[in-house]
Amino acid sequence: MKIGVVTFPGSLDDRDAARAIRIAGGEPVALWHADSTIKKVDAVVLPGGFSYGDYLRCGAIAAQAPVMQTIIKHASKGLPVLGICNGFQILVESHLLPGGLIRNEKQHFVCRDQRLRVESVDSAWTNAFQTGDEITIPLKNGEGGYIATKDTLKMLEGEGLITFRYLDVNPNGSMNDIAGLRNERGNVVGLMPHPEHAVEPGFGPDSPVAMRSGIDGLKIFQSVLNSVVSA
Amino acid sequence: MPKIVVQVMPKQDLLDPPGKAVAKALERSGKKGIKAVRIGKRIELHYSSKPTAAQLAEAQKIAESFLSNGVIEDVISVTVEQD
Repeated sequence: MKIGVVTFPGSLDDRDAARAIRIAGGEPVALWHADSTIKKVDAVVLPGGFSYGDYLRCGAIAAQAPVMQTIIKHASKGLPVLGICNGFQILVESHLLPGGLIRNEKQHFVCRDQRLRVESVDSAWTNAFQTGDEITIPLKNGEGGYIATKDTLKMLEGEGLITFRYLDVNPNGSMNDIAGLRNERGNVVGLMPHPEHAVEPGFGPDSPVAMRSGIDGLKIFQSVLNSVVSA
Repeated sequence: MPKIVVQVMPKQDLLDPPGKAVAKALERSGKKGIKAVRIGKRIELHYSSKPTAAQLAEAQKIAESFLSNGVIEDVISVTVEQD
């Protein structure tokens, strides 16, 4: 199964995302922001970083890139798309997910191992979890405060579209402790924390078992492999 | 240079962390009477000759669809300026 990873000018975690896909058992395919083709991939990851230097608004210029026009078209037909951090910002700027992401409430860039609760497993990227699972993956962002109108929040809560919620601390002032979302169909998921940095023992967050042994992010990539096989 | 100036502000009812930080700094430095600070953007689109009505209409569209994000910001004004 082929999973595309888009590189924009200023992407940072594209290679980590590709590595996570490989470790999960998929085949990563490099996609380029200026191309319109997505090379017949079965799913797409929009990686973290600072596309276009975060100019204008985080993710706003990337949302206009040629490759995004193709991804937006296919996402509306069910192509699984995961946006991580800057990728999440690109998804809201592309209107594939509702709401917006603004500067962290306390102004600081926050980098920590973050505990999350999995709230919705009805998506292409969360189906390998059980509802209520608690996971720890790294979080690193400056503009991760999720905001939306009251009506949108009510809709997200009512329809069960929140996929991940912050536990212990809310690192960026996100409304309702929202760390990640999905669309109604479940093929598009965005989250601020970084699952691709928690996929291999020795390189992940500390866990009760051993230092740096956390691999809680792996299930996100395994989920999409399940969903495409079963589709 | 003839230009169209677009002004964008964060929505009134949403938190504006940079504005809040500036307000706090002003308060610390003893400035009185400033209740709040909100920080927005001024964006200039430059043209080689005075923008036409059609170009102004197009700029309005660009302002709403790309230069601002309606979820978190409002377009305050789109006006032709000459200097």
